[in-house]
Amino acid sequence: MTLISAQVYLFYGFAGLAVLGALGSWLLVRNAMAAVMSLIVTVVSLSVLYVLMGAHAVAALQLLIQAGTALVLLLFVLLLVNPDPGGFGTRDPGQVVIQIIGAAAALAVGFVIAGTVSVTLPLPAEAAPGSGGFRELGVQLVTVYAVPVEAVGLLLLAAVVGAVVQTRQEGR
Amino acid sequence: MLAIVAIKCGLLLLVLLGFLVPAASWIERKQSALMQDRVGANRAEISGARLAGLLHPLADLVKLVSKQDLVPEGASRALFELAPWVAVIPGIAAFAVIPFAGVYPFADESVSLVAADIDWGLLHVLLAAALASFGAVLAGWSSNHGGARLGAVRGAAQVVSYAAPLGLSAVGVFLVFGSVKLTDMVVAQDTTLRLAGVVEAFGVAVPGWAQGFPFTIPSWGIVLQPLGFLLFLTCVLAQQGRPPFDSSESGGELAGGYRGEYTGLRGGLFDLADLLGLLLIACLLTSIFFGGWAIPWLSTDAILGGLAPFVGEALATIVCVALHLTSFLVKVLAMVWLQLLIRGSLPRVRYDQLMDLCWKRILPLSLANVFLTASAMVLVGAVG
Repeated sequence: MTLISAQVYLFYGFAGLAVLGALGSWLLVRNAMAAVMSLIVTVVSLSVLYVLMGAHAVAALQLLIQAGTALVLLLFVLLLVNPDPGGFGTRDPGQVVIQIIGAAAALAVGFVIAGTVSVTLPLPAEAAPGSGGFRELGVQLVTVYAVPVEAVGLLLLAAVVGAVVQTRQEGR
Repeated sequence: MLAIVAIKCGLLLLVLLGFLVPAASWIERKQSALMQDRVGANRAEISGARLAGLLHPLADLVKLVSKQDLVPEGASRALFELAPWVAVIPGIAAFAVIPFAGVYPFADESVSLVAADIDWGLLHVLLAAALASFGAVLAGWSSNHGGARLGAVRGAAQVVSYAAPLGLSAVGVFLVFGSVKLTDMVVAQDTTLRLAGVVEAFGVAVPGWAQGFPFTIPSWGIVLQPLGFLLFLTCVLAQQGRPPFDSSESGGELAGGYRGEYTGLRGGLFDLADLLGLLLIACLLTSIFFGGWAIPWLSTDAILGGLAPFVGEALATIVCVALHLTSFLVKVLAMVWLQLLIRGSLPRVRYDQLMDLCWKRILPLSLANVFLTASAMVLVGAVG
């Protein structure tokens, strides 16, 4: 088995796991803790996919931010609101239909995006040594992608301010 | 190549679990005994030999293995059994990037005393620490016990809150050393700064008579990032839930918090995770702020150059490795001592104080530290 074919097997394996994890987090919504565990599988599989593409920095940040912080926050909220099993996310048939339509739409959009990306971006034969590192990522973020990064930052700031305003009680 | 990695990992496990962890457990007991004016553990013996309590880690292991293994009623069994392993395994994996010594030429090969010198270095440690925190949350959730759940809520909030300032307080170090790899950081600290040169760097003219001022200081992280050191120390203690930030498992108030329901070997795994955290923090502080394996005022080149003409290059290299390993171990022990001193002297921080400290004090300070460091580097022309 050559290195390339090993990479292909790893790709399909972890891509499959990512999809299964995402599906699981939807199917297991009655048991919120299991749904979060399922989401962890997706997050970790995605970071393996990033490693396979040579984007080590992105993979590390994915694990650090998504798994290490966002999912712990999710668990924290779960523990805090303490939903009793079964009382969370009751499904009526109409909701399921809407969810399936939504999933199909997302899948269609995904295929369209995947089609464009694979046409415009030929797969590199071999990642250049040293690429995918933090230096390169940093340079890209403050030069080519400076405007999107700032825009996202502004958006998140607006969300934070909005959340603070919403939760603030009057007279305190 | 794969064989070398396997050997390194095996050696790391052996040193970590066979020597450092038992040693840390003995030190932890003896120092807290000393600080409370007690004798401390000294009863374990093998045919009369007590060795000042050094046999206690062994006795602990035997006791924990042979104890009854309880799973509380109504607990979610699979997660309950999984949780201690989730806490321990990333804790061990974090040590993969700790440089126990440098890179040395042996014959035609170069030998490096770090298990995996990966590109994202320190971030791997932060990552492993974050993943290990799942263990506490899962344990608290699956135990079906109010105190455990409350401990898990506190622990999760603490980890999430302190992750941001922990990363930010390390950014100053990244800027100063120009790398996120611990190996690069230690190499950068294996030199000295001329005091007159430091003053000049800030744009102050040094008078002629002081130009030849002979005093130098090691270019350690704590010299270059004093505020960064204090912030990093606080954040890493809080993120790992070490005292005085251990309100998630506080014995007196939550009866052990998230790990209160654990007995026997599984409880022992949480103890192991605690000791690994203690050692990991010590190794991190040593590598980032106290020069790692580097010996102050005695660079690697000076050791090799000084010894090689007398004893030959191979022996000089071996002596150098031994000196560096000793230097690293001494510094790690000093950092363990510092942490235990903090544990023994400071009262536990209340939970709301913990959150206030994080969001209102440490986060702004660590942002200011990043800004000041970056400005200073631009001013003295270290960049570009």
